[in-house]
Amino acid sequence: MAVTQETVQTVQEVEKYKYGFVTDIDTDTAPKGLNEDIIRFISAKKEEPQWLLDWRLKAYEHWLTMEEPDWAKVGYPPIDYQDAYYYSAPKSAEEGPESLDDVDPELLATYEKLGIPLHEQEVLAGVKNVAVDAVFDSVSVATTFKETLAAHGVIFCSISEAVKDHPELVREYLGSVVPYSDNFFATLNCAVFTDGSFVYIPKGVRCPMELSTYFRINAANTGQFERTLIIADEGSYVSYLEGCTAPMRDENQLHAAVVELVAHKDAEIKYSTVQNWYPGDENGVGGIYNFVTKRGACRGDDSKISWTQVETGSAITWKYPSCILQGDRSVGEFYSIAITNNFQQADTGTKMIHLGKDTRSRIISKGISAGKSQATYRGLVKMMPNASDARNYSQCDSLLIGSECGAHTVPYIESRNRSAQVEHEATTSKISDDQLFYCRQRGIGEEEAVALIVNGFCREVLQELPMEFAVEAQKLVGISLEGSVG
Amino acid sequence: MLEIKNLHASVDGKTILKGLDLAMGPGEVHAIMGPNGSGKSTLSYVIAGRDGYEVTEGSILFNGRDLMEMEPDERAGEGLFLAFQYPVEIPGVSTMNFLKTSLNAIRAYRGEDELDAMDFLKFVREQTATLNITDELLKRAVNVGFSGGEKKRNEVLQMAVLRPSLAVLDETDSGLDVDALKIVGEGVTSLRSPERSMLVITHYQRLLDYVVPDRVHVLADGKIVASGDAGLARELEEKGYAEFSKAAA
Ligand SMILES: Nc1ncnc2c1ncn2[C@@H]1O[C@H](COP(=O)(O)OP(=O)(O)OP(=O)(O)O)[C@@H](O)[C@H]1O
Ligand SMILES: [Mg+2]
Repeated sequence: MAVTQETVQTVQEVEKYKYGFVTDIDTDTAPKGLNEDIIRFISAKKEEPQWLLDWRLKAYEHWLTMEEPDWAKVGYPPIDYQDAYYYSAPKSAEEGPESLDDVDPELLATYEKLGIPLHEQEVLAGVKNVAVDAVFDSVSVATTFKETLAAHGVIFCSISEAVKDHPELVREYLGSVVPYSDNFFATLNCAVFTDGSFVYIPKGVRCPMELSTYFRINAANTGQFERTLIIADEGSYVSYLEGCTAPMRDENQLHAAVVELVAHKDAEIKYSTVQNWYPGDENGVGGIYNFVTKRGACRGDDSKISWTQVETGSAITWKYPSCILQGDRSVGEFYSIAITNNFQQADTGTKMIHLGKDTRSRIISKGISAGKSQATYRGLVKMMPNASDARNYSQCDSLLIGSECGAHTVPYIESRNRSAQVEHEATTSKISDDQLFYCRQRGIGEEEAVALIVNGFCREVLQELPMEFAVEAQKLVGISLEGSVG
Repeated sequence: MLEIKNLHASVDGKTILKGLDLAMGPGEVHAIMGPNGSGKSTLSYVIAGRDGYEVTEGSILFNGRDLMEMEPDERAGEGLFLAFQYPVEIPGVSTMNFLKTSLNAIRAYRGEDELDAMDFLKFVREQTATLNITDELLKRAVNVGFSGGEKKRNEVLQMAVLRPSLAVLDETDSGLDVDALKIVGEGVTSLRSPERSMLVITHYQRLLDYVVPDRVHVLADGKIVASGDAGLARELEEKGYAEFSKAAA
């Protein structure tokens, strides 16, 4: 069993980022660096079948031939991929807890501190109807409500477990939306991914509760490469939320996740993200590099995938949740709030690829920049030759706070079908002195006034979040902008 | 309760108030009238503490405390309210939420607990009934797409909810039709109390028919150039400002 010590609240006084504590826990870590042996080590640790190891190695080989992309409007010193650990797991979780009672109390305490309930009875007593998969560094430490979900035929577990218990599903769908050769960071993820969540909703089932995963990076110098796979079979529905936090450290840490969604005929997946990785300090030191590939395939007719994201953390965010609208009349949505403060950089947006007839997509992006930060919306809407009568509507609004930040909107539109229609609107505004003064005259303090105005600016997106999380997201909007005025 | 002495204030380097004196006791209603551009709104902004409105000379005491020392939100917490001549739009923030946020901010300033949602709703409903404000309006974003009259009624609603000890009403009667004027006039009158002073900025006698002032002042070229009782307002409406403006020059 792990030697657990008091969790050290190293940074309580360092205002804003209240998730910046480190959990002092015994970990099992792979040697530093990246090579075939490390990949074999990870695969062996997870007792993976040969086909998965082969797939990882194939990805690694391909990755060696690739170059890091540099087209995004983000700047950072070169990453030394050999100077990081690719596997770190709390020792107590290594064998995999049988039930919540087996989970290291230290880990439970960590999640409690993060406001994530892992005790089912507490969840049941509260207002939230949420099942949680908690991923700590490289492994999933607990998944709640498994039995309740199983009664509906819903599979919700870590991807490592899914590899063992549902190999046929994993083998069929893994890499089917984001192929191993997709892009530099996704390919790296294929080679070294450690854990993540797996969801399967059977035909005709409406998932009875919100599913969520909380990702936590704890170990120093460790990359986190999680892999999430969600499959909604015909006529099913699921709403899934991921939340992310990390301790405050001076070094930058790499997070390169891949998320794949598959929606079959008449199925709907609602995927929400509240990303609050450590953003670095007010001088731009430290923070997470968040290089993520998220993509959903609307495979069947009349299917729907909706991405909602609230991105407030990370030193750098590079992320374009996308929809491939294959099925006729399928619908893709992207609702985004990206907040950057101090020296944060965010290059985020979406891709909507219309393949089927009468497909619809809707993009609502709200970018808020403060301090010396830079935020870019980068979006692609592509109408393929068979996408007759397809429609897209995009609206990108930027709000600037102060005069040292920047907001950029880069919409790419490609239409190869004359009957398809694409509509794009963009605005850039500032919080006006009039608005601030009006609020303050009504007794509202300056920071609260900014939070109120920004929340109003983001309303269209916030209202897309599951109710359980909307309130927290609103608070987060306020917290992320602390110190941005006055 | 409000004591302004020799107030000089400038905006963007331009001097607008040039030695203004004004004293109001608790529960008193004073009216300020004066030509366009004479500095009435400027006075209201200086009292409320707007950035960029620089006091170069003089003082303002509010209940014996130096207002200049306080941030705008602190002044509101102390019981100061300004009904804006041009109420500001806040997209995406519902009027209800705005009311609640401001009331709770002021309660917090005074060390009082937040009102719970039910009590708050009940309290707001009582105020909206007299002001003829619908629930539909409360759900809409603050002042966004409101008609001129709706904006002004919304200002009076906020005053009714926040219960200030000093309310400065900057042309709250402008742009109202007769019915709305009646609603606003009666609304403001119903808020008159021995604990609440009001400084009513207006161009017309008609609001003062509802809210009969204790004193009327004429502001011209940044100074109070004449003061009198309620009769002065009627006189002004007949004769215009010409002779007072001359007096100021
Ligand atoms: N930012 C500014 N820069 C320069 N001059 C300003 C500024 N703001 C106001 N002023 C000027 O100050 C003077 C007084 O303006 P104020 O709004 O106080 O007048 P008012 O008495 O309220 O007029 P009205 O009856 O039209 O509302 C005007 O001449 C106006 O142009
Ligand atoms: Mg005015």
